[in-house]
Amino acid sequence: MASILAVDDSASMRQMVSFALKNAGHDVVEAVDGQDGLQAAKANKVSLVITDVNMPNMDGIALIKELRNLPDYKFTPILMLTTESAPHKKQEGKDAGATGWIVKPFDPDQLLATISKVLG
Amino acid sequence: MAIDITQFHETFFEESFEGLDIMESGLLNLDIGAADNDTINSIFRAAHSIKGGSATFGFTDVAEFTHGMETLLDEMRDGTRDVTQKSVDTLLQSVDCLRELLAAARDKTPVDSERVAVVHKSLEKILSSEGGSNISTENDEHNENSQTESISERSGWKINFKPHHDMLKTGNDPVRMFRELSELGELTVIVDISQLPTLADLDPEESYLSWDLTLKTDVEIDLVKEVFEWVIDECDLEISEIVSSTDDTAMSSETQDRENEQGTENISSEPSSQAKRQVAKPGVTEKSTASTDSSASIRVSIDKVDALINMVGELVITQSMIGQLDCDFDDFDNSRMEKLRDGLTLLERNTRELQESVMRIRMLPISFAFNRFPRMVHDLCQKLDKKIELRTTGENTELDKTVMEKIGDPLVHLVRNSIDHGIEMPQARKETNKPETGVIELNAFHKGGNIIIEIKDDGAGFNKDRIKNKAIERGLISSDEHLSDDKIYDLIFQPGFSTAEQLSDISGRGVGMDVVRRNIRELGGNIDVTSEEGKGTTFTIRLPLTLAILDGQLVCVGDEIFITPLVSIVESLQIKKEFVNNIAGQTELYKVRDDYIPIVRMHEMFGINVEKKSLEGGLLVVVEGDGKKAGLLVDELLGQQQVVIKSLETNYQRVDGVSGATILGDGTVALILDVDGLIDLSRNTSAPNNSPDNSVLAVA
Repeated sequence: MASILAVDDSASMRQMVSFALKNAGHDVVEAVDGQDGLQAAKANKVSLVITDVNMPNMDGIALIKELRNLPDYKFTPILMLTTESAPHKKQEGKDAGATGWIVKPFDPDQLLATISKVLG
Repeated sequence: MAIDITQFHETFFEESFEGLDIMESGLLNLDIGAADNDTINSIFRAAHSIKGGSATFGFTDVAEFTHGMETLLDEMRDGTRDVTQKSVDTLLQSVDCLRELLAAARDKTPVDSERVAVVHKSLEKILSSEGGSNISTENDEHNENSQTESISERSGWKINFKPHHDMLKTGNDPVRMFRELSELGELTVIVDISQLPTLADLDPEESYLSWDLTLKTDVEIDLVKEVFEWVIDECDLEISEIVSSTDDTAMSSETQDRENEQGTENISSEPSSQAKRQVAKPGVTEKSTASTDSSASIRVSIDKVDALINMVGELVITQSMIGQLDCDFDDFDNSRMEKLRDGLTLLERNTRELQESVMRIRMLPISFAFNRFPRMVHDLCQKLDKKIELRTTGENTELDKTVMEKIGDPLVHLVRNSIDHGIEMPQARKETNKPETGVIELNAFHKGGNIIIEIKDDGAGFNKDRIKNKAIERGLISSDEHLSDDKIYDLIFQPGFSTAEQLSDISGRGVGMDVVRRNIRELGGNIDVTSEEGKGTTFTIRLPLTLAILDGQLVCVGDEIFITPLVSIVESLQIKKEFVNNIAGQTELYKVRDDYIPIVRMHEMFGINVEKKSLEGGLLVVVEGDGKKAGLLVDELLGQQQVVIKSLETNYQRVDGVSGATILGDGTVALILDVDGLIDLSRNTSAPNNSPDNSVLAVA
């Protein structure tokens, strides 16, 4: 299965996302904020990135921009996890290069359904 | 496959409570009028995380409540709303409320919904007031997009999809979308390659293709739109209805607009409404795992655990090293003896290190106890119209968890006292040439195997005469008694002593200080106070690092071995007859330099038969407890060692003069002396007229 990077500063969300993904047979790399996520992405070539938007140190939008600048991640699907259903946040993410978003609250099944679409 | 998300609840609660602490301290640090963006951001983030988590994990009431806070914070963050005292106060109240809501959700207990409603209302009042944009209640816009097309006739959708050049750069693959569409029905895909440049001009990262798709299905248009939701701004999309048995004429063509947002909201609102139903009747949830006792767990940093594992590794090596010695004792030569000794030395070191590592696991930074004070100072200042700045140092000083839990209340009491009685009103301070804003300092640091906590204020200080008069009034001392400063300050720790001219509901009726001292003594610590009138007061609390292990001096009385806490031993000396004085024929005092200290004959105290009963040439261990000294008469000083304290009360019963017991290396049980208790005990037996309360005052 795929290797996936999950970036979220909330331990419970990270736990849930990671658990759900691992349960579905994926390899999961976890990171606690954008900076950590960027390091993790450089160290492991993953085939999907799921990132929270609001995080300390480096937020999700900045992470997406950074990732898109890396040759390895030019076309890698990147999903934002966001509670902000405000269109401008999604737009900001899209402009930064996000593939799409998953709106919180979601349950593990919704998450898996979404990522299976992206991973094909 | 369904995943049970309740397993993440504990983490969620843990981080949410941490988030609340962050919010609280952030709010307290906000400068009204000129708020620092980073701080607001961190407060916002915490609220945001709580909201996201609570919605995900099904705590709808928490999520709804947090939404208002988040909106307000978001406006502050954007700069569309000024940071006012009122909004900060409301946010602080909201933090309290949220804490209750979360605790109720965790413990599955009911909440004070009236209070929550009140705070919620004041939050909404602020939100609807001037100075901010209107509240975006995303729930309001629940979709009215009921499609009115005649369903019966429809046989599918015709889709024209033309990605913009850079769509691929967001990781969106058209094939993925087609695959998704094909799951909705029978899909025919026709590609238009007319825009494809020659190979020489082709940029492989760009998209040049467009597609005409025919989807034979009876699903609603929303589901079709959803497939393109993420790329709606990166393509030209036209979806039109195919009406059955006719040609491809579009009956109702619809170009995409922002409406599609509602597609996501629809989905997201589903689980939360389900969750609402579950939460609404908490008693019914079959999975109510017995209310988790959160205090039973402890968070330990990985470093500490790693250190522990390292230790265990070394222990295993040492064990195998000793094990390799051939245990044939008939042929045990010197070289092996040497190795055995080395091994045992190593083992001793390992054991000590292991012990220290294990102890460290129980240690928490004292910030756990300090964190509640900024809020308390803030609230009390508002209530009393005082201006106080709180400074803390040494927040990272670590303290045993049990000590930490028990020191919380005494600290609160002392800080409250400083705020209420110590720091003067701004006007009064001005008149005495002090800055209007008073300062309370909380300092924590290590000193000689102890933790010291200082509570220091630059307030009015103690009025010695007033304390004395009050003590006379209360009959604690006689009016002609001459007391040193220390003794006067000591009076405030007497039960029922209060000098506050006006009783207030903040520091209460002065019943606390004796309790404060008792609590601290129960932890094996003590408290001192120094004060200067007009300058301020400092309380100094001394606490042992841990409650479980004690550095002890082993002493021998007859056949019995006792353990004296090393910290309370001042010196040990051999008795010389000429320094022994008898008072009133009963109390024996020993002159140590300029001090006279009472002699406690241990064998009498514990009813032990000893051969040698005369004082001459005997050993006197001078101990100090709570400012009082005494000399313990013992037969012999043995070694010093660390002992593990076992409670006597749980296994036997409380014995005066004994704080606990331990098991020695040879398996025998030895009692650990309670020096304070022993001194009091000796006073009461030797001077029966003194009540325990003023024994303090009778000490030389």
